[in-house]
Amino acid sequence: MKILVVDDFSTMRRIIKNLLRDLGFTNTQEADDGTTALPMLKSGNFDFLITDWNMPGMQGIDLLKAVRSDEKLGGLPVLMVTAESKRDQIVEAAQAGVNGYVVKPFTAGTLEEKISKIFERVAA
Amino acid sequence: METAIAEKTDPTSVRLQLARSLVSHLEAGNEDEAEAIVAELSGAKDSQLFQEVGRLTRDLHDSINSFVADARLADIAENEMPDAAERLRYVIATTEQAANTTLGAVEQSLPLADSLRNDAHHLAGQWERFNSRQLSVDDFRELSSELSSFLTATQVNSEALHEKLSEVLLAQGYQDITGQVIRRVITLVDDVEHKLVELVRLSGSRTKSSDSVTSEGPDTSPHGPVVPGVDKGDVLNSQDDVDSLLSSLGF
Repeated sequence: MKILVVDDFSTMRRIIKNLLRDLGFTNTQEADDGTTALPMLKSGNFDFLITDWNMPGMQGIDLLKAVRSDEKLGGLPVLMVTAESKRDQIVEAAQAGVNGYVVKPFTAGTLEEKISKIFERVAA
Repeated sequence: METAIAEKTDPTSVRLQLARSLVSHLEAGNEDEAEAIVAELSGAKDSQLFQEVGRLTRDLHDSINSFVADARLADIAENEMPDAAERLRYVIATTEQAANTTLGAVEQSLPLADSLRNDAHHLAGQWERFNSRQLSVDDFRELSSELSSFLTATQVNSEALHEKLSEVLLAQGYQDITGQVIRRVITLVDDVEHKLVELVRLSGSRTKSSDSVTSEGPDTSPHGPVVPGVDKGDVLNSQDDVDSLLSSLGF
Protein backbone atom coordinates (compact mmCIF):
# COMPACT_ATOMS: atom_id res chain seq x y z
CA MET A 1 0.00 0.00 0.00
CA LYS A 2 1.70 3.16 -1.25
CA ILE A 3 0.28 6.40 0.15
CA LEU A 4 0.91 10.04 -0.83
CA VAL A 5 0.43 12.65 1.92
CA VAL A 6 -0.08 16.20 0.63
CA ASP A 7 0.00 19.15 3.05
CA ASP A 8 1.87 22.45 2.96
CA PHE A 9 2.76 22.16 6.65
CA SER A 10 5.58 19.68 7.20
CA THR A 11 4.48 19.17 10.82
CA MET A 12 1.09 17.93 9.65
CA ARG A 13 2.73 15.63 7.09
CA ARG A 14 4.88 14.14 9.85
CA ILE A 15 1.86 13.67 12.12
CA ILE A 16 -0.12 11.90 9.40
CA LYS A 17 2.87 9.76 8.39
CA ASN A 18 3.41 8.70 12.00
CA LEU A 19 -0.27 7.85 12.46
CA LEU A 20 -0.20 5.86 9.23
CA ARG A 21 2.87 3.96 10.44
CA ASP A 22 0.98 3.14 13.64
CA LEU A 23 -1.79 1.74 11.47
CA GLY A 24 0.73 -0.42 9.61
CA PHE A 25 1.21 1.74 6.51
CA THR A 26 4.92 2.34 6.14
CA ASN A 27 5.20 3.11 2.44
CA THR A 28 4.36 6.81 2.42
CA GLN A 29 5.62 9.78 0.45
CA GLU A 30 5.06 13.51 0.87
CA ALA A 31 4.26 16.52 -1.30
CA ASP A 32 3.66 20.10 -0.20
CA ASP A 33 0.93 21.05 -2.67
CA GLY A 34 -1.07 19.85 -5.66
CA THR A 35 1.50 21.05 -8.16
CA THR A 36 4.16 18.75 -6.76
CA ALA A 37 1.71 15.96 -5.94
CA LEU A 38 0.14 15.52 -9.37
CA PRO A 39 3.31 14.49 -11.26
CA MET A 40 4.21 12.15 -8.37
CA LEU A 41 0.78 10.53 -8.59
CA LYS A 42 1.05 10.18 -12.36
CA SER A 43 4.38 8.40 -12.21
CA GLY A 44 4.36 6.76 -8.79
CA ASN A 45 1.75 3.97 -8.68
CA PHE A 46 0.13 5.27 -5.51
CA ASP A 47 -2.77 3.35 -3.94
CA PHE A 48 -4.13 6.13 -1.76
CA LEU A 49 -4.05 9.92 -1.54
CA ILE A 50 -4.42 11.97 1.62
CA THR A 51 -4.58 15.71 0.93
CA ASP A 52 -5.10 19.04 2.66
CA TRP A 53 -7.34 21.64 1.00
CA ASN A 54 -5.78 25.04 1.64
CA MET A 55 -2.30 25.07 0.09
CA PRO A 56 -0.30 27.60 -1.89
CA GLY A 57 0.03 26.69 -5.54
CA MET A 58 -2.50 24.01 -6.39
CA GLN A 59 -5.31 23.57 -3.84
CA GLY A 60 -6.37 20.15 -2.61
CA ILE A 61 -9.79 20.46 -4.22
CA ASP A 62 -8.17 21.14 -7.58
CA LEU A 63 -5.83 18.19 -7.06
CA LEU A 64 -8.89 16.02 -6.37
CA LYS A 65 -10.57 17.24 -9.56
CA ALA A 66 -7.40 16.70 -11.56
CA VAL A 67 -7.12 13.14 -10.21
CA ARG A 68 -10.76 12.36 -11.01
CA SER A 69 -10.45 13.69 -14.55
CA ASP A 70 -7.25 11.73 -15.21
CA GLU A 71 -7.76 8.55 -17.15
CA LYS A 72 -5.20 6.55 -15.17
CA LEU A 73 -5.74 8.07 -11.72
CA GLY A 74 -9.52 8.46 -11.85
CA GLY A 75 -10.29 5.67 -9.37
CA LEU A 76 -7.65 6.56 -6.77
CA PRO A 77 -9.16 6.73 -3.26
CA VAL A 78 -8.81 10.25 -1.87
CA LEU A 79 -9.15 11.32 1.76
CA MET A 80 -9.26 15.03 2.55
CA VAL A 81 -7.77 16.07 5.87
CA THR A 82 -8.36 19.78 6.23
CA ALA A 83 -9.33 22.67 8.49
CA GLU A 84 -11.85 23.81 5.87
CA SER A 85 -15.24 23.03 7.36
CA LYS A 86 -17.82 25.17 5.58
CA ARG A 87 -20.88 23.24 4.43
CA ASP A 88 -20.42 24.43 0.83
CA GLN A 89 -16.85 23.21 0.79
CA ILE A 90 -17.74 19.73 2.02
CA VAL A 91 -20.53 19.55 -0.55
CA GLU A 92 -18.10 20.63 -3.28
CA ALA A 93 -15.57 18.00 -2.21
CA ALA A 94 -18.27 15.35 -2.18
CA GLN A 95 -19.41 16.38 -5.65
CA ALA A 96 -15.82 16.31 -6.87
CA GLY A 97 -15.68 12.66 -5.75
CA VAL A 98 -13.82 12.66 -2.45
CA ASN A 99 -13.86 9.31 -0.60
CA GLY A 100 -13.62 10.71 2.92
CA TYR A 101 -13.41 14.04 4.73
CA VAL A 102 -11.63 14.58 8.05
CA VAL A 103 -11.64 18.03 9.70
CA LYS A 104 -8.63 19.27 11.61
CA PRO A 105 -7.91 19.00 14.44
CA PHE A 106 -8.64 15.28 14.34
CA THR A 107 -7.94 12.23 16.48
CA ALA A 108 -5.96 9.13 15.56
CA GLY A 109 -9.23 7.19 15.92
CA THR A 110 -11.04 9.36 13.37
CA LEU A 111 -8.26 9.00 10.82
CA GLU A 112 -8.14 5.23 11.28
CA GLU A 113 -11.92 4.92 11.01
CA LYS A 114 -12.12 6.95 7.78
CA ILE A 115 -9.20 5.12 6.18
CA SER A 116 -10.54 1.67 6.97
CA LYS A 117 -14.01 2.69 5.77
CA ILE A 118 -12.54 3.80 2.45
CA PHE A 119 -10.64 0.53 2.01
CA GLU A 120 -13.72 -1.51 2.91
CA ARG A 121 -15.69 0.32 0.25
CA VAL A 122 -12.91 0.06 -2.34
CA ALA A 123 -12.61 -3.69 -1.67
CA ALA A 124 -16.39 -4.20 -1.90
CA MET B 1 -6.90 79.72 -45.64
CA GLU B 2 -7.91 76.60 -43.73
CA THR B 3 -4.32 75.76 -42.89
CA ALA B 4 -3.84 79.25 -41.46
CA ILE B 5 -6.76 78.69 -39.05
CA ALA B 6 -5.41 75.29 -38.06
CA GLU B 7 -2.02 76.82 -37.40
CA LYS B 8 -3.53 79.50 -35.21
CA THR B 9 -5.38 77.05 -32.99
CA ASP B 10 -2.21 75.00 -32.40
CA PRO B 11 -0.39 76.61 -29.40
CA THR B 12 3.07 75.76 -30.77
CA SER B 13 2.30 77.39 -34.11
CA VAL B 14 0.87 80.40 -32.29
CA ARG B 15 4.07 80.76 -30.26
CA LEU B 16 6.17 80.21 -33.36
CA GLN B 17 4.31 82.93 -35.15
CA LEU B 18 4.65 85.26 -32.18
CA ALA B 19 8.40 84.54 -32.07
CA ARG B 20 8.76 85.24 -35.77
CA SER B 21 6.97 88.56 -35.49
CA LEU B 22 9.04 89.32 -32.34
CA VAL B 23 12.23 88.84 -34.40
CA SER B 24 10.92 90.95 -37.28
CA HIS B 25 9.78 93.70 -34.89
CA LEU B 26 13.18 93.68 -33.14
CA GLU B 27 14.96 93.81 -36.52
CA ALA B 28 12.73 96.68 -37.58
CA GLY B 29 13.48 98.44 -34.25
CA ASN B 30 9.79 98.49 -33.12
CA GLU B 31 10.50 98.32 -29.36
CA ASP B 32 6.91 98.75 -28.19
CA GLU B 33 5.53 96.02 -30.44
CA ALA B 34 8.37 93.67 -29.42
CA GLU B 35 7.60 94.33 -25.72
CA ALA B 36 3.94 93.54 -26.29
CA ILE B 37 4.80 90.23 -27.94
CA VAL B 38 7.14 89.25 -25.08
CA ALA B 39 4.32 89.97 -22.61
CA GLU B 40 1.94 87.86 -24.67
CA LEU B 41 4.39 84.96 -24.77
CA SER B 42 5.04 84.92 -21.00
CA GLY B 43 1.34 85.31 -20.36
CA ALA B 44 0.71 82.10 -22.26
CA LYS B 45 3.29 80.38 -20.07
CA ASP B 46 1.62 81.63 -16.87
CA SER B 47 -1.76 80.42 -17.97
CA GLN B 48 -0.21 76.99 -18.73
CA LEU B 49 1.26 76.90 -15.22
CA PHE B 50 -2.13 77.73 -13.75
CA GLN B 51 -3.72 75.02 -15.85
CA GLU B 52 -1.15 72.47 -14.60
CA VAL B 53 -1.70 73.50 -10.96
CA GLY B 54 -5.41 73.18 -11.53
CA ARG B 55 -4.99 69.68 -12.96
CA LEU B 56 -2.78 68.59 -10.07
CA THR B 57 -5.30 69.90 -7.56
CA ARG B 58 -8.10 68.05 -9.25
CA ASP B 59 -6.06 64.83 -9.37
CA LEU B 60 -5.20 65.15 -5.70
CA HIS B 61 -8.82 65.83 -4.85
CA ASP B 62 -9.91 62.76 -6.82
CA SER B 63 -7.22 60.61 -5.23
CA ILE B 64 -8.21 61.66 -1.71
CA ASN B 65 -11.86 61.10 -2.50
CA SER B 66 -11.28 57.64 -3.93
CA PHE B 67 -9.06 56.77 -0.96
CA VAL B 68 -11.75 57.84 1.48
CA ALA B 69 -14.40 55.97 -0.48
CA ASP B 70 -12.22 52.82 -0.68
CA ALA B 71 -14.52 50.10 0.66
CA ARG B 72 -11.59 47.82 1.37
CA LEU B 73 -10.23 50.35 3.86
CA ALA B 74 -13.56 50.57 5.66
CA ASP B 75 -13.74 46.79 5.74
CA ILE B 76 -10.28 46.57 7.26
CA ALA B 77 -11.10 49.11 9.94
CA GLU B 78 -14.56 47.77 10.80
CA ASN B 79 -14.19 44.02 10.39
CA GLU B 80 -10.77 42.68 9.70
CA MET B 81 -8.82 44.42 12.44
CA PRO B 82 -11.14 43.24 15.22
CA ASP B 83 -11.22 39.82 13.52
CA ALA B 84 -7.44 39.72 13.45
CA ALA B 85 -7.27 40.36 17.18
CA GLU B 86 -9.78 37.54 17.73
CA ARG B 87 -7.77 35.23 15.44
CA LEU B 88 -4.58 35.92 17.34
CA ARG B 89 -6.36 35.20 20.62
CA TYR B 90 -7.44 31.90 19.06
CA VAL B 91 -3.79 31.19 18.24
CA ILE B 92 -2.86 31.75 21.89
CA ALA B 93 -5.68 29.49 23.08
CA THR B 94 -4.78 26.76 20.59
CA THR B 95 -1.06 26.79 21.37
CA GLU B 96 -1.86 26.80 25.08
CA GLN B 97 -4.12 23.81 24.67
CA ALA B 98 -1.47 21.94 22.67
CA ALA B 99 1.18 22.76 25.26
CA ASN B 100 -1.07 21.51 28.05
CA THR B 101 -1.87 18.31 26.18
CA THR B 102 1.82 17.71 25.56
CA LEU B 103 2.84 18.52 29.13
CA GLY B 104 0.06 16.31 30.49
CA ALA B 105 1.14 13.38 28.34
CA VAL B 106 4.79 13.85 29.36
CA GLU B 107 3.88 14.08 33.04
CA GLN B 108 1.96 10.82 32.76
CA SER B 109 4.73 9.14 30.77
CA LEU B 110 7.66 9.93 33.04
CA PRO B 111 6.46 7.78 36.02
CA LEU B 112 5.84 4.87 33.63
CA ALA B 113 9.39 5.13 32.27
CA ASP B 114 10.73 5.51 35.83
CA SER B 115 8.97 2.40 37.12
CA LEU B 116 10.20 0.38 34.13
CA ARG B 117 13.75 1.53 34.82
CA ASN B 118 13.54 0.88 38.59
CA ASP B 119 11.98 -2.57 38.24
CA ALA B 120 14.50 -3.54 35.55
CA HIS B 121 17.32 -2.31 37.76
CA HIS B 122 16.08 -4.35 40.74
CA LEU B 123 15.58 -7.47 38.62
CA ALA B 124 19.00 -7.11 37.01
CA GLY B 125 20.55 -7.24 40.48
CA GLN B 126 18.58 -10.36 41.41
CA TRP B 127 19.40 -11.96 38.06
CA GLU B 128 23.09 -11.31 38.70
CA ARG B 129 22.80 -13.10 42.09
CA PHE B 130 20.97 -15.97 40.42
CA ASN B 131 23.72 -16.36 37.81
CA SER B 132 26.39 -16.44 40.48
CA ARG B 133 24.30 -19.03 42.35
CA GLN B 134 23.67 -16.83 45.35
CA LEU B 135 19.92 -17.34 45.41
CA SER B 136 18.11 -19.81 47.63
CA VAL B 137 15.20 -21.77 46.24
CA ASP B 138 12.76 -19.46 48.00
CA ASP B 139 14.59 -16.39 46.65
CA PHE B 140 14.40 -17.84 43.18
CA ARG B 141 10.70 -18.49 43.51
CA GLU B 142 10.26 -14.84 44.48
CA LEU B 143 12.44 -13.71 41.56
CA SER B 144 10.44 -15.86 39.20
CA SER B 145 7.15 -14.27 40.27
CA GLU B 146 8.72 -10.79 40.16
CA LEU B 147 9.93 -11.45 36.62
CA SER B 148 6.50 -12.59 35.59
CA SER B 149 4.78 -9.48 36.94
CA PHE B 150 7.52 -7.28 35.46
CA LEU B 151 6.86 -8.68 32.00
CA THR B 152 3.14 -8.06 32.38
CA ALA B 153 3.75 -4.52 33.67
CA THR B 154 6.17 -3.85 30.82
CA GLN B 155 3.53 -4.76 28.28
CA VAL B 156 0.93 -2.57 29.92
CA ASN B 157 3.29 0.34 30.54
CA SER B 158 4.82 0.38 27.07
CA GLU B 159 1.34 0.36 25.60
CA ALA B 160 0.43 3.31 27.81
CA LEU B 161 3.68 5.05 26.79
CA HIS B 162 2.84 4.54 23.14
CA GLU B 163 -0.57 6.05 23.71
CA LYS B 164 0.90 9.09 25.48
CA LEU B 165 3.49 9.60 22.73
CA SER B 166 0.72 9.44 20.12
CA GLU B 167 -1.12 12.16 22.07
CA VAL B 168 2.03 14.31 21.91
CA LEU B 169 2.31 13.61 18.19
CA LEU B 170 -1.28 14.65 17.47
CA ALA B 171 -1.05 17.73 19.66
CA GLN B 172 1.58 19.10 17.24
CA GLY B 173 -1.24 19.66 14.75
CA TYR B 174 -1.59 23.08 16.39
CA GLN B 175 1.34 24.27 14.25
CA ASP B 176 -0.64 23.74 11.05
CA ILE B 177 -3.86 25.21 12.45
CA THR B 178 -2.26 28.31 13.98
CA GLY B 179 0.10 28.71 11.02
CA GLN B 180 -2.88 29.06 8.69
CA VAL B 181 -4.54 31.59 10.99
CA ILE B 182 -1.34 33.62 11.36
CA ARG B 183 -0.84 33.63 7.58
CA ARG B 184 -4.25 35.28 7.23
CA VAL B 185 -3.34 37.94 9.75
CA ILE B 186 -0.05 38.54 7.93
CA THR B 187 -2.00 39.10 4.71
CA LEU B 188 -4.09 41.70 6.54
CA VAL B 189 -0.99 43.41 7.98
CA ASP B 190 0.50 43.58 4.46
CA ASP B 191 -2.77 45.05 3.23
CA VAL B 192 -2.81 47.70 5.94
CA GLU B 193 0.84 48.52 5.25
CA HIS B 194 0.01 48.98 1.57
CA LYS B 195 -2.85 51.33 2.44
CA LEU B 196 -0.67 53.32 4.82
CA VAL B 197 2.02 53.73 2.20
CA GLU B 198 -0.68 54.96 -0.16
CA LEU B 199 -1.87 57.43 2.46
CA VAL B 200 1.67 58.72 2.99
CA ARG B 201 2.12 59.14 -0.76
CA LEU B 202 -1.21 60.96 -1.00
CA SER B 203 -0.27 63.42 1.69
CA GLY B 204 3.23 63.83 0.30
CA SER B 205 2.58 64.10 -3.40
CA ARG B 206 -0.05 63.20 -5.89
CA THR B 207 -0.59 59.57 -6.62
CA LYS B 208 -2.57 57.35 -8.88
CA SER B 209 -5.98 56.47 -7.55
CA SER B 210 -6.10 53.29 -5.52
CA ASP B 211 -7.13 50.04 -7.06
CA SER B 212 -10.74 49.12 -6.76
CA VAL B 213 -11.70 46.60 -4.14
CA THR B 214 -11.27 43.03 -5.22
CA SER B 215 -14.47 41.11 -4.83
CA GLU B 216 -14.75 38.20 -2.43
CA GLY B 217 -14.05 34.80 -3.97
CA PRO B 218 -16.61 32.05 -4.23
CA ASP B 219 -17.92 30.40 -1.10
CA THR B 220 -15.70 27.37 -1.43
CA SER B 221 -12.41 29.23 -1.52
CA PRO B 222 -10.20 28.12 1.35
CA HIS B 223 -10.59 30.17 4.53
CA GLY B 224 -8.32 28.26 6.85
CA PRO B 225 -9.36 26.96 10.23
CA VAL B 226 -12.64 28.14 11.67
CA VAL B 227 -12.01 30.58 14.50
CA PRO B 228 -14.83 30.54 17.04
CA GLY B 229 -16.54 33.93 17.32
CA VAL B 230 -14.95 35.25 14.13
CA ASP B 231 -16.04 32.96 11.34
CA LYS B 232 -19.70 33.12 10.68
CA GLY B 233 -21.86 31.42 8.12
CA ASP B 234 -22.52 27.81 7.46
CA VAL B 235 -19.66 26.17 9.27
CA LEU B 236 -19.63 22.63 10.59
CA ASN B 237 -18.07 22.46 14.02
CA SER B 238 -17.23 18.81 14.43
CA GLN B 239 -16.30 15.65 12.58
CA ASP B 240 -19.75 14.30 13.52
CA ASP B 241 -21.43 17.20 11.68
CA VAL B 242 -19.22 16.59 8.66
CA ASP B 243 -20.06 12.88 8.75
CA SER B 244 -23.80 13.45 8.91
CA LEU B 245 -23.64 15.98 6.07
CA LEU B 246 -21.70 13.49 3.97
CA SER B 247 -24.09 10.66 4.77
CA SER B 248 -27.00 12.91 3.74
CA LEU B 249 -25.16 13.27 0.43
CA GLY B 250 -25.10 9.51 0.04
CA PHE B 251 -21.72 8.73 1.56
